[in-house]
Amino acid sequence: MINLTIDNQQVVVEPGTSILEAAQKVGAKIPTLCYYKDLNIIGACRICVVEVQGARTLIPACVAPVAEGMVVKTATPEVIKVRKLILELILSDHPQECLTCARNQNCELQKLAEEFGIKEIRFAGAKTEYPIDDSSPAIIRDPRKCVLCRRCISVCTNVQTVQALCAENRGFNTLIAPAFNEKLADMECVQCGQCSLVCPTGAIVERDDTAKVWAALADPEKHVVVQTAPATRVQLGEALGAEPGSIFTGQMVAGLRRLGFDKVFDTDFTADLTILEEGNELLQRVTTGGTLPMITSCSPGWIKFCEHFYPDLLDHLSTCKSPQQMFGPLVKTYYAEKEDIDPADIYCVSIMPCTAKKYECQRPEMNSSGYQDVDVVLTTRELGRMFKQAGLDASNLPDEEYDEPLGISTGAGEIFGASGGVMEAALRTVYEVVTGETLENIDFEVCRGLTGVKEATVQVGDLPVKVAITNGLGNARKVLDKIRAGEADYHFIEVMCCPGGCIGGGGSPIPTDTDIRLKRITATYTEDERMSLRKSHENPAIIALYEEFLGKPLGHKSHELLHTKYTSRGVNK
Amino acid sequence: MKSLDELAKIKESRRAALKIREGVPSATEKAHVMMCGGAGCISSKCLDVVDAMKEALNKNGIADQVQIILTGCMGPCDMGPVAIVYPDATFYRRLKPKDAEAIVEEHIMQGNQIPRLMYRTPGAKEPTPRVNDIDLFAKQKKIVLRNNFYIDPTSIEDYIANDGYAALGKALTKMQPEDIIEEIKKSGLRGRGGAGFSTGMKWGFTAAASGAPKYVVCNGDEGDPGAFMDRSVLEGDPHSVIEGMAICGRAIGAEQGYVYVRAEYPLAIERLDYALQKARKNGLLGKNLFGSGFNFDIEIRIGAGAFVCGEETALLTSIEGKRGEPRPRPPFPANAGVWGKPTVLNNVETWANIPEIILKGADAYAAIGTEKSKGTKVFALAGRINNTGIIEVPMGTTLREIVFEIGGGIPRKKAFKAVQTGGPSGGCIPAEHLDTPVDYDSLGALGAIMGSGGMIVLDEDTCMVDIAKFFLDFIVDESCGKCSPCRIGTKRMHEILDNISNGKGKEGDIELLEELATTIKATALCGLGQTAPNPVLSTIRYFRNEYEEHIRDKKCSCNVCELKE
Ligand SMILES: Cc1cc2nc3c(=O)[nH]c(=O)nc-3n(C[C@H](O)[C@H](O)[C@H](O)COP(=O)(O)O)c2cc1C
Ligand code: SF4
Ligand code: SF4
Ligand code: SF4
Ligand code: SF4
Ligand code: FES
Ligand code: FES
Repeated sequence: MINLTIDNQQVVVEPGTSILEAAQKVGAKIPTLCYYKDLNIIGACRICVVEVQGARTLIPACVAPVAEGMVVKTATPEVIKVRKLILELILSDHPQECLTCARNQNCELQKLAEEFGIKEIRFAGAKTEYPIDDSSPAIIRDPRKCVLCRRCISVCTNVQTVQALCAENRGFNTLIAPAFNEKLADMECVQCGQCSLVCPTGAIVERDDTAKVWAALADPEKHVVVQTAPATRVQLGEALGAEPGSIFTGQMVAGLRRLGFDKVFDTDFTADLTILEEGNELLQRVTTGGTLPMITSCSPGWIKFCEHFYPDLLDHLSTCKSPQQMFGPLVKTYYAEKEDIDPADIYCVSIMPCTAKKYECQRPEMNSSGYQDVDVVLTTRELGRMFKQAGLDASNLPDEEYDEPLGISTGAGEIFGASGGVMEAALRTVYEVVTGETLENIDFEVCRGLTGVKEATVQVGDLPVKVAITNGLGNARKVLDKIRAGEADYHFIEVMCCPGGCIGGGGSPIPTDTDIRLKRITATYTEDERMSLRKSHENPAIIALYEEFLGKPLGHKSHELLHTKYTSRGVNK
Repeated sequence: MKSLDELAKIKESRRAALKIREGVPSATEKAHVMMCGGAGCISSKCLDVVDAMKEALNKNGIADQVQIILTGCMGPCDMGPVAIVYPDATFYRRLKPKDAEAIVEEHIMQGNQIPRLMYRTPGAKEPTPRVNDIDLFAKQKKIVLRNNFYIDPTSIEDYIANDGYAALGKALTKMQPEDIIEEIKKSGLRGRGGAGFSTGMKWGFTAAASGAPKYVVCNGDEGDPGAFMDRSVLEGDPHSVIEGMAICGRAIGAEQGYVYVRAEYPLAIERLDYALQKARKNGLLGKNLFGSGFNFDIEIRIGAGAFVCGEETALLTSIEGKRGEPRPRPPFPANAGVWGKPTVLNNVETWANIPEIILKGADAYAAIGTEKSKGTKVFALAGRINNTGIIEVPMGTTLREIVFEIGGGIPRKKAFKAVQTGGPSGGCIPAEHLDTPVDYDSLGALGAIMGSGGMIVLDEDTCMVDIAKFFLDFIVDESCGKCSPCRIGTKRMHEILDNISNGKGKEGDIELLEELATTIKATALCGLGQTAPNPVLSTIRYFRNEYEEHIRDKKCSCNVCELKE
């Protein structure tokens, strides 16, 4: 253990602890900007400098490890003056556009400026001027607001292993962008939005599509329906100021009705449907010698990743569309017929924890209803914005129920939001379908949690089913490389693009960090337990859907509406 | 190379062949003409002189009795092309192709040296024929550049003849790794790349660090504008660097070395590459050197040429094939260098000192220099000074000796104003401190630095605001952009200076510059930013009145800045 003194207090910490972490132990909160726990510890912004006795310079607390006998002062007048000047410098190269910025009141830079009481910026010199990149349907980059903290690079390179962003040029002209300042849309960027989650400022944000939704709601000709992704109910509260882990299912439904949606449906419904289609596809592959392991296809960021980096493995992907894209065509066919509404008049909105779904709904193959199946995708953040604009105080809204029939769901659909949830839901159904027995314990704990790669073998009748579950694309790579090398004997693999699964998706409320992810996961399983039905094949609305419309899983109509194909995209040179 | 004996045999036989360069006339050879083949002389067309000389030798039928050897830079580049003719060691300067015939026919064939091609000390009546009698050289002390007058950089035998690889032989056969490190510590050698850290201590840390394999790296990035000390060594005596690195490999337990050279130095790369091949062929790199069981080899890595790539952590990152950007220290390279492994990184000049220390002993080395700065230092003299070029002097030589004796003073009877040392990281030292001994600590105390050895002399016509702006201009271009104080702070300083020099300066600007400067120094991530404000701070310190004149009177007494009212 290391003994040191911080602000005249004795501290004992593990070797390798940073001054920043050690200072937290004595209640000294050192300001940071580029630092992001466990992700980006590069000492770039220098806001966190502290005084260390005997050191030639001030020392950045986030990267400097403690040393025996170290004497640290975290907030001398001199240190504060220096931090203030650094902040003033950063602000001198920053557009003062808080009022019109997506991150207004949720911006780390703005918060620092407020805390330091910056009243004047004495430097009226040049500012970096790079154009906004709005080429992507999901993510908008505004390099003018970039503080060059490089968190986005770290998450894209080290967590997602996509490497769509890098540092270019040097000095004052340094730019964080796709290589050669290409457009994001032309890159391997999988639109996951993880960069927008970690960006401290408004330099990378989701594309805001709320105006489209307001316009549709205002249009009397339009029948506007909305689906809400499993994760959104454990996220929306945060976007409205509640504690992480809050469950806002009923209030969200109520609020959506207040906003004027004609029907409030649930993606959990098509999550259940996915289990039936995908479960049967798996059984078919196992019994007919199809390509194994089969890999889930619910996560559009993951799909794009596979299309770019592992096009040779596309046959492993389940042909099932994601739940949101199963929902779209069903609304514009099944539901339209049932309610006798012209599908041309239906406007289908998705609320998703995900930016990649904005991209997914625009894929050309996603119009099997004859129309664009899902018209627009809003992230949880954007929905939070709409609630605020409408003055909806969610905590005072009543608990309301989803509309029938596409709002009826089970706990199995609900847990799709957490890493391992799709697998667990599939096991609940596959087990009972194959064995004809009732599953004793439906909680597959092995599937749960934040571990990057989870593996399990589950005995289903005579067959020991080997499964793997990954979250975060870097972890997916590990398993994919095994498949490539012929070393993977799994039957079924769940891949989620974002760390922790959709509850940590790129459209989640900010901040989203490991602790918050864990709280949302806990909330997700609480929701699951609360449900009276917890197995997808028991969902009465799904049973009815097959009886009235689809026929049987993997049937002709299913293939037409619920399954898709993939495109080998490869990597830019 | 199997043994010291084998090395001694090569040395003996080669030495006999080179007696003429020690002044001993030879029965078979009339002369060795050492023609400077440094970059300066190449650009003043020394190769044309060589051609003309070959022609003259052929014409007179004595081509087989005269050797023409292209050496590394001899130092006085502004007098180039320069040459030394042995055995009498006559120094010729400003040679033209038409002079070649005279040198061959009058000097080499008839023994009559040619006064008009010789160097004459300003004010002296007679020229000085012998190179070592010339005041410019006599005041110098050559350790790093010990071979540049004598050897053919492409001949490993020449290097061996002058005791080359004897130090490696000694280190491998007669010393333990700890002894080597102890010897380097005792010598007092400090890194010549800028920071002046104890080389022996650095090796000691790396030897003690856990992790394998370990690496030895040579920093040949030499990014200071106008500096070419390291290039002179690499071009003129590449084996001295190879030998130094191999000795270190033994001391710290490394088997692989890298030399990082900037792409703008093609001749250095070519000479070094050739020397590496020769060393391998002679068993001085490779397996089981001197039968000791020690293996060592070196690869060249070519840098893209950004100034910041000379910073150690950026250089190591660049060797790994990534964007050359500094990273925070700790961890230091001694613990986590190339590929995260313990690494010794030293400057070219530092490496060239090593064989001499091992061979002659730490005490002999430590006898040269001042209390805390031992040995010699190579400088690149430039600016308003008569003799520009490369010099090597004992630590502790005063600025006055360098500028007025070795450098020959200021041209056109102008008054000396200041000397800028340490390049863009350095500072300006005014006339009142001319008697300062040049060593790490004295220069530091004056707000300048030793740096890698750039020395620019400024005369009374130089505007100090303009000089500060010039260096900051370089920094703003070269900042890597990773940390905010350097990226934005130096830009803002430059903008303020630009305003001052344009007549748009305002009260408070000097104080704002000082506030920025101290903050950047205290908070920048790497040495580039931490030293970037030095030129501004030192000019404010010694020439504040010039800043005030620009701001208040909208005037530049030196008539350099164009101020608009
Ligand atoms: C911006 C910057 C540029 C540098 N450039 C060089 C260089 O070109 N050559 C060099 O040897 N050291 C350079 N250094 C110093 C190196 O970081 C390092 O201290 C040195 O190579 C260590 O070798 P030494 O101990 O032998 O001096 C530079 C440092 C900084 C901060
Ligand atoms: S990024 Fe932050 S500081 Fe910049 S304009 Fe937006 S809210 Fe304001
Ligand atoms: S959206 Fe995802 S893939 Fe695209 S740049 Fe951001 S982190 Fe990288
Ligand atoms: S875009 Fe955001 S996360 Fe990326 S470097 Fe800029 S400020 Fe940081
Ligand atoms: S001080 Fe300058 S050169 Fe060094 S890391 Fe910071 S920005 Fe880069
Ligand atoms: S938070 Fe420590 S340097 Fe940015
Ligand atoms: S290059 Fe010839 S003297 Fe320097």
